[in-house]
Amino acid sequence: MDFINQHPVLVVSLVKIAVLLFVVMTGLAYLTWFERKVVAHIQSRWGPYFVGAHGLLQPLADGLKFLFKEDMTPPASDKLVYILAPFLALALALTAIALIPFGPPSVRVLGQPVFVVANLDIGLLFLFAVTSMGVYGVALAGWSSNSKYPLLGGLRSSAQMVSYEVSLTLSVVGVLLIAGTLNFNDIISGQSGYYLGFIPRWHVIPQIIGFLCYITAAIAETNRIPFDLPEAETELVAGFHTEYSSFKFAMFFMAEYANMITVSCLATILFFGGWLSPFPDSWTWQLYLPGAGLILLGIYCAYDTVVSMRGIAKIQFAVVTMLCLGGGAISLIPQVAPIIQGPFWFTTKVIFFLFFYVWTRGTLPRFRYDQLMNFGWKLLLPVSLANLVITAFVLILPSAARHG
Amino acid sequence: MIPFIVFFVCALLAVAGAIMLIVAWEPIHSALSLVLVMMALAVLYLLLGAEFIAAVQIIVYAGAVMVLFVFVIMLLNAGTEERTNWSKFAKIAGLPLAFFLLLAIAHFLSRTAIGSNIANGPGAVSNAGVSTRALSMALFQQYLFPFEATSILILIALLGALILARKDE
Repeated sequence: MDFINQHPVLVVSLVKIAVLLFVVMTGLAYLTWFERKVVAHIQSRWGPYFVGAHGLLQPLADGLKFLFKEDMTPPASDKLVYILAPFLALALALTAIALIPFGPPSVRVLGQPVFVVANLDIGLLFLFAVTSMGVYGVALAGWSSNSKYPLLGGLRSSAQMVSYEVSLTLSVVGVLLIAGTLNFNDIISGQSGYYLGFIPRWHVIPQIIGFLCYITAAIAETNRIPFDLPEAETELVAGFHTEYSSFKFAMFFMAEYANMITVSCLATILFFGGWLSPFPDSWTWQLYLPGAGLILLGIYCAYDTVVSMRGIAKIQFAVVTMLCLGGGAISLIPQVAPIIQGPFWFTTKVIFFLFFYVWTRGTLPRFRYDQLMNFGWKLLLPVSLANLVITAFVLILPSAARHG
Repeated sequence: MIPFIVFFVCALLAVAGAIMLIVAWEPIHSALSLVLVMMALAVLYLLLGAEFIAAVQIIVYAGAVMVLFVFVIMLLNAGTEERTNWSKFAKIAGLPLAFFLLLAIAHFLSRTAIGSNIANGPGAVSNAGVSTRALSMALFQQYLFPFEATSILILIALLGALILARKDE
């Protein structure tokens, strides 16, 4: 206990990092499940169904498969860089998540905010610094494999990521001008309040063009359909990670999904009020929304368990039912309800953006390479620049008028 | 204590990266060593309390300039370097001269304000940290003209490179 009292920052940070890593890794695994399910239903299929009830154990099975596969290194590859690339990709992707505040800083344990690992004054800049390094993972993987398709994939993707990073950064500057700070918690607090008493004052309303630019550039930046040229399987086998097998491949996979989560979190923070509730404080029933939602989900699961599950799946789904009902009951306790408000809204918004990602994947065809570059440089960049100039002009207008 | 350890680790990494940059045979290894130097320097800036400079150092140099280097090396598929025999002069006088240069730098640094701050430990100057606001005030008000002039200079260099690289039609 003495040690904990002497070094509260160190101890609390380590615990937060461990918990966050666990949550994010589980989240990544179930994001693959979520994606396969949603895309399957878009295409009138069932998706993963047989490993666990509703395929819920599929991510676990996939992880085990990756662990036990033979790990091959191409003999002609550059060994050091070949091994470095996936580690770099995953480490950078996970570092970025440490900056994300999942709830209000007022919730504290031992004087330390619980819901964010690192609350930096230059939060946004640091995040861009980390994500801008993400190109190396892809480029180096393509180069070090010493093979034609990975090299082409790596080249394409470096060009694409560098091009769209410009628009991505510029589209966010409008929000920064309004917020006047780089700290995530301050940006979120600045979005509290309501137009007409019930429309939340989120940055998405004045910055709708900036938001559209951001979300487009973000999809391109994370190499997802319709911008997934670096790994276009019909043209390049699997792009930059063609030569990677076993867990090194899984690391690229996880890095891609971690980047999706980071980008969705950033959209939530910058444009959609982060952990703020969309409803005014006076609507007190919203305190019971998380609990009620979980209990409704639990009731549906119970119905499904009884009616359509057979054999071992019945037991598995019964466990899921109990978890939902138990979680719902805990969320309804008056002491707990206000604390989980922040994380609840944050996660809900992030899940919406992740759904948006999967939705675009299920509906849009892939761009051609020249279309991609034309779109990025000739449409997206000018629009985000114009948005920045107009925002700056509108913000400076009142003070300019005052000074004559 | 901890700032000292971080300082020496990063300083060693920076020097090691710089040496690797010269010694490495593969162009990509050289480029990566340079990235290592940039990262170590960024951490040193952080130790000095210059958060903004540290972030910009990574974004601009490690995240943009070096990515383009790596990109060009990949695009040209540059092979391993060819070595020439060292010049006789460099072989004999190189090391002593390098040592002398280091000594001179250390001597003059120790007499300046920066040097005395280093002697007090890397944490000593962190209070004088350059905030983002103070930096932008200096950049966009006090030094606005040189700043804009520099950006036009860079634009001219960009156009020049474009015209030189363009094929005749």
